[in-house]
Amino acid sequence: MIALAAARPRANIRVDLQIIADMVAPGRRVLDVGCGDGALLDWLQHNKNVDGRGIEWSQAGVNACVRQGLSVIQGDAETDLRDYPSEAFDYVILSQTLQATYDPRVVLGEVVRIGRRAIVSFPNFGVWHIRLALLMTGKMPVTDSLDSAWYETPNIHLCTISDFVELCDDLGIVIEQGMVLDRKGRARQLRAPGFMSNLLGEQGLFVLSRR
Amino acid sequence: MSNLQRHAMTAPEVRPAVAPVAPGIVLPGNRLDFPALEPLPLDCGVSLAPFTVAYQTYGTLNADKSNAILVCHALTGDQFVAETHPVTGKPGWWETMVGPGLVFDTERYFIICTNVLGGCMGSSGPATINPATGQPWGLSFPVITIRDMVRAQVRLIDHLGIDSLFCVTGGSMGGMQVLEWAACHPERVFSAMPIATAARHSAQNIAFHEVGRQAIMADPEWSGGDYQRQGRRPERGLAVARMAAHITYLSEAALHRKFGRSLQNREALSFGFDADFQVESYLRHQGSIFVDRFDANSYLYITRACDYFDLAAEHGGTLANAFRGTRTRFCIVSFTSDWLYPTSENRAVVHALNAAAANVSFVEIATDKGHDAFLLDEPEFFATVGGFLNGCAEHRGLAKS
Repeated sequence: MIALAAARPRANIRVDLQIIADMVAPGRRVLDVGCGDGALLDWLQHNKNVDGRGIEWSQAGVNACVRQGLSVIQGDAETDLRDYPSEAFDYVILSQTLQATYDPRVVLGEVVRIGRRAIVSFPNFGVWHIRLALLMTGKMPVTDSLDSAWYETPNIHLCTISDFVELCDDLGIVIEQGMVLDRKGRARQLRAPGFMSNLLGEQGLFVLSRR
Repeated sequence: MSNLQRHAMTAPEVRPAVAPVAPGIVLPGNRLDFPALEPLPLDCGVSLAPFTVAYQTYGTLNADKSNAILVCHALTGDQFVAETHPVTGKPGWWETMVGPGLVFDTERYFIICTNVLGGCMGSSGPATINPATGQPWGLSFPVITIRDMVRAQVRLIDHLGIDSLFCVTGGSMGGMQVLEWAACHPERVFSAMPIATAARHSAQNIAFHEVGRQAIMADPEWSGGDYQRQGRRPERGLAVARMAAHITYLSEAALHRKFGRSLQNREALSFGFDADFQVESYLRHQGSIFVDRFDANSYLYITRACDYFDLAAEHGGTLANAFRGTRTRFCIVSFTSDWLYPTSENRAVVHALNAAAANVSFVEIATDKGHDAFLLDEPEFFATVGGFLNGCAEHRGLAKS
């Protein structure tokens, strides 16, 4: 009966989300934390037949998801993740959400506890043009992906790829795979972590697990 | 199916129902009389037999019996979900939701609603006749619980030969029944949609119910609960109970929007205790029409059932235990201005379901209409319910109508 849902595959989604989607093996249990309007979950459900769930903060996002038949709860990554049993999911996805959490350490710890694997992506504040902008203008950089002024940005915990790698190390989280994405969300042929990936990557994308 | 065969042998009787509050009116729908050989064991330790379940259905049960939705009514609701009410002449309480082409599409789904055990629209309750005495049960009717209501519904679903309900849904006390179904019969509930409800009654909920019960019992006409035999009607007490309860179904914003401090048919204050304000007149009206369709003792029994409801307590004190291993798909809905069953209570259910790694959606609808929003025209609410049902239907392989 569930195969029925997979019978109507969806067109490809935003490039960076597609890279994440391609990492997920078919038929697995997936939790998308900060799932927005549910584009990734919808694709995974219809193309890879996953058992998908989502958590989303914005009411509009949740309503849009549930309206299209996705299993999404209105909630907060910071407080709601702790309810889930360990290894309840094969993958927990945290796409462009970590930098907007109050306590990224707690959230990271939770996603690798709940998921056998966590797929985490975030904007890299160490990319060369951000470094350059700060050096040249002396003001908080505003970019395509970080497009709000400092006083109104939801991104309260920005980090670089090096920072992220260091934190994973501190928390005893294993980086199984790391890559960087370019401005258009395409994968760059650079190994992350590394000096060049931190300089050239717009986004870091990591597959993590608990040691 | 063994239950079905068992019932077939003892053959519960199906016939039209009569409401004790409106004895002259034959109710639409069916009543199913379970014989004395099929007692219903209750939480209070007593077994009820014989007993009756009055119910109404809309739509058609499909060949493999996979499209049945059990709608559970709230405290003072009844089985007349989507038709003109036989006693009041008013539209069905979910007529905006249930019907051809509506969210609960009767061309696609088979909708069942039972009058709850303890109710007064045809199912066994304090106002019905105790066959052992030939007199109305009154307060000798056993105290029932939400789980007992569900037990009676299970008997009906068995009788209809339905193994697994496509969905069980309901708001308020109906939502409690949904949770009880999902906890006690997970294999028979494909999807569950508890709306504006809680997994237990809070002190505030109990307090409001107690005010209502005291109002009824303070009415001399109540006669220690024996008013039927004495030919009396505790209308004033029941009306006051309804007035107090009605306030809790609304919100301050909704009351203000609807009435403000507007005066009722007068230019100035009367300096007396008439209904000067529109809001007073409105509440008095709500109270007075309620007594025409509801039985005071039923009100005592059903409010008590809500107060006793504590799903976690039924499962070792941990709510998540009620849902361990469940494969049911859940959708919880709450309303921002509902202070009777606030979002926090609904979210507690969501947390428990998450802890059980259940498949759950949760939506909080922004509205100023209070608890009663689940009965009103809320497009965002309809879209949520419709989306959830469609998603579930797709998984169940139910054809589109």
